[in-house]
Amino acid sequence: MNIRGSWDRFADAFLNGRVLAKYWPDILAGLGVTIELAVLIVITGIAAGLALALLRCLGWRGLNWVIVQVVDLFRALPPLVILVLIYFGLPRAPSGFVSTWISLALVLAAFAEEIFWAGIVSVPKGQWEAARSTGLRLGQTLRLVVLPQALRVTIPPLTNRAIAITKGTALGSVVAVSEVLGAASSAMSNSYNASPLLLGAGAYLVLFVPVVVLGRFVERRLGPTAKPNHV
Amino acid sequence: MSDFFDAGIILAAWPMLWRGLLTTLALSALVVPLGLAAGFGLALLSTSRSRAVRWGVIGWTDLFRAFPPLVLLILLYGGLPFAGLELGGVACMAIAFFLNTGSYYSEVIRAGMESVPPGQSEAARSLGLGTWQTLRTIVLPQALRRVLPDLVSNTLEVVKLTSLASVVAVPELLYQARQAQSLTYNPSPIFAAAVLYAVALWPFVKILRRLEQRAAPSR
Amino acid sequence: MTTTTRVAPLIDARGLHKHFGPLHVLKGVDLMVAPRELVVVIGPSGSGKSTLLRCLNLLETPDSGSVVVDGIDLMDPRTDINLARQRIGMVFQSFNLYPTMSALGNVTLALRHVAGKSAAEADVLGMAALARVGLADRAGHRPHQLSGGQQQRVAIARAVALEPRAMLFDEPTSSLDPELVGSVLAVMRELRADGMTMVVVSHEMGFARAAADRVVFMEDGAIVEQGPPDAIFGDATHSRTRAFVGQIRA
Ligand SMILES: Nc1ncnc2c1ncn2[C@@H]1O[C@H](COP(=O)(O)OP(=O)(O)O)[C@@H](O)[C@H]1O
Ligand SMILES: [Mg+2]
Repeated sequence: MNIRGSWDRFADAFLNGRVLAKYWPDILAGLGVTIELAVLIVITGIAAGLALALLRCLGWRGLNWVIVQVVDLFRALPPLVILVLIYFGLPRAPSGFVSTWISLALVLAAFAEEIFWAGIVSVPKGQWEAARSTGLRLGQTLRLVVLPQALRVTIPPLTNRAIAITKGTALGSVVAVSEVLGAASSAMSNSYNASPLLLGAGAYLVLFVPVVVLGRFVERRLGPTAKPNHV
Repeated sequence: MSDFFDAGIILAAWPMLWRGLLTTLALSALVVPLGLAAGFGLALLSTSRSRAVRWGVIGWTDLFRAFPPLVLLILLYGGLPFAGLELGGVACMAIAFFLNTGSYYSEVIRAGMESVPPGQSEAARSLGLGTWQTLRTIVLPQALRRVLPDLVSNTLEVVKLTSLASVVAVPELLYQARQAQSLTYNPSPIFAAAVLYAVALWPFVKILRRLEQRAAPSR
Repeated sequence: MTTTTRVAPLIDARGLHKHFGPLHVLKGVDLMVAPRELVVVIGPSGSGKSTLLRCLNLLETPDSGSVVVDGIDLMDPRTDINLARQRIGMVFQSFNLYPTMSALGNVTLALRHVAGKSAAEADVLGMAALARVGLADRAGHRPHQLSGGQQQRVAIARAVALEPRAMLFDEPTSSLDPELVGSVLAVMRELRADGMTMVVVSHEMGFARAAADRVVFMEDGAIVEQGPPDAIFGDATHSRTRAFVGQIRA
């Protein structure tokens, strides 16, 4: 038994300097794609979720029913299934990048709608009545009085959900997006070496450990109870 | 649209889809208990008197929550063979979920235990119950009741995540649908699989909605 | 052309009916309030006092009947209800101050966004309103930094700042500690002295006796009896009124 020898074999397969030197730019580029995707998903998903929650405030029965059903559908479907459906299923499929963006933004929008709605409902009815009794319109009441109060209960769960869904960008690798995992996987198969994959995994840690710790912090500061979310 | 929903093709692919659905169920029945077991273990460890253990648990859960589950899965499935260890897709799923979803369950259970007022366990201890007995009969039941919506929500997410197994060639529902699609050059099987997922999981979303409403503070 | 000394009522609500599902909460209520009049509404819990009040600025929409305030028909679909509400101030039992804003912010919000004042104008008017309720020195405080009585006075200032033609008070002192009730009632008395038209749901008998022009007794969704305070509290016609008055006195 040769510990030295097996360590060398391991290092050659997982921490291979030559391979890493060749492929680190790919993975760095992948990190750029991951961040770009994440930013797009978070902005559009949260905006769409807020828009849906505001629509629900209009109190149109039929519309609210439709919103709830669509939201529940996107809470029920696995994100990967939505992604595969858009990418492989649509007649004129968008690119892998756009498919990933759309599918995860849809999922985030569904969860964000529920979170915003819960926040809006948590604001006492008296706040609405006071505002409306002074002549503020529905939209003004929402914007000036209700949303600022709702945001306080909204931010912790929304942060967590956004983090969780952002991690879903790794799904892009399934539809040929060269984000971190995609770049690392192809580097791995091109080089017959696992080092790029380990580097990619490290990149995710660099990206997400601070975010997870931040989420924990936000929860402690603002949330009454921790509500870790998961995708 | 007929391309999207070709009844003939769906009918032909049905046996595959059905087997896939059963595999998804079996896979869920494997990874949910595994995640729960890990979650309970970590949550109990986080009540340890040793500071090092408590910080260790936090580090562990944050580490595995930071990894996208798919990355963990690929690391095991694609990376380990380079170390001479070739595990099947199911084994990789089991390990990845033990690590990843266990960390999420642990956070939920820990939050529940922290929400039980300390007076509860102090009272139990003063009645002569041991640490373990207090935890099992007083703290955990209350903790779990308090975080039931989060537990259900987490479990729903875990079941949804079993679709990742399609990437490592486990013949679950999504995998079968994609196989059928590539055999028939038609996306209808994927559409059918999505419908199956929706039909299977929609009721859980509705239950979750009910639970969350009941848990919401009345005003 | 006829000359008449009767002035048109400032608030003219007739035949109000309101259902909540199967519950018939208002059963044909008429309420007319003259300019500068102060009407106190009393009655057992659940008799429909709040609902009546909320129908007067359409926070609840009556199922039938008419509500005309200052010549504006609130039930007319062409009426801009938000403009009309500016002219009808409302004060709630639970204050309902906006917790995210300072006292001054609470008072100026509608001045800026409904009355269309500039921020500077609104601040001047808002400070004047706060001064009127004796809280100019608390302008920068958040609601949670104020006592219940102070919060309710800020709420009154918030309504008064818009220079309404009439004001509605729904049990404004019921959630206050006894020692804080006086400060709020004092502000309301001053408003009355300045000629404000007011409808006040309240069981503060001392205030009603001293300040009310008329007391209205409601029960089970209808007005049972009304008259000057001395008549209602002294020798009411109806036994139900007498029984209720006996209760709140006890
Ligand atoms: N929004 C509502 N929905 C259903 N029932 C209501 C609502 N508001 C009031 N009620 C009911 O109408 C009745 C009258 O209420 P309210 O006008 O608040 O009485 P009061 O102010 O005299 O105590 C009560 O039985 C109350 O439960
Ligand atoms: Mg009332």
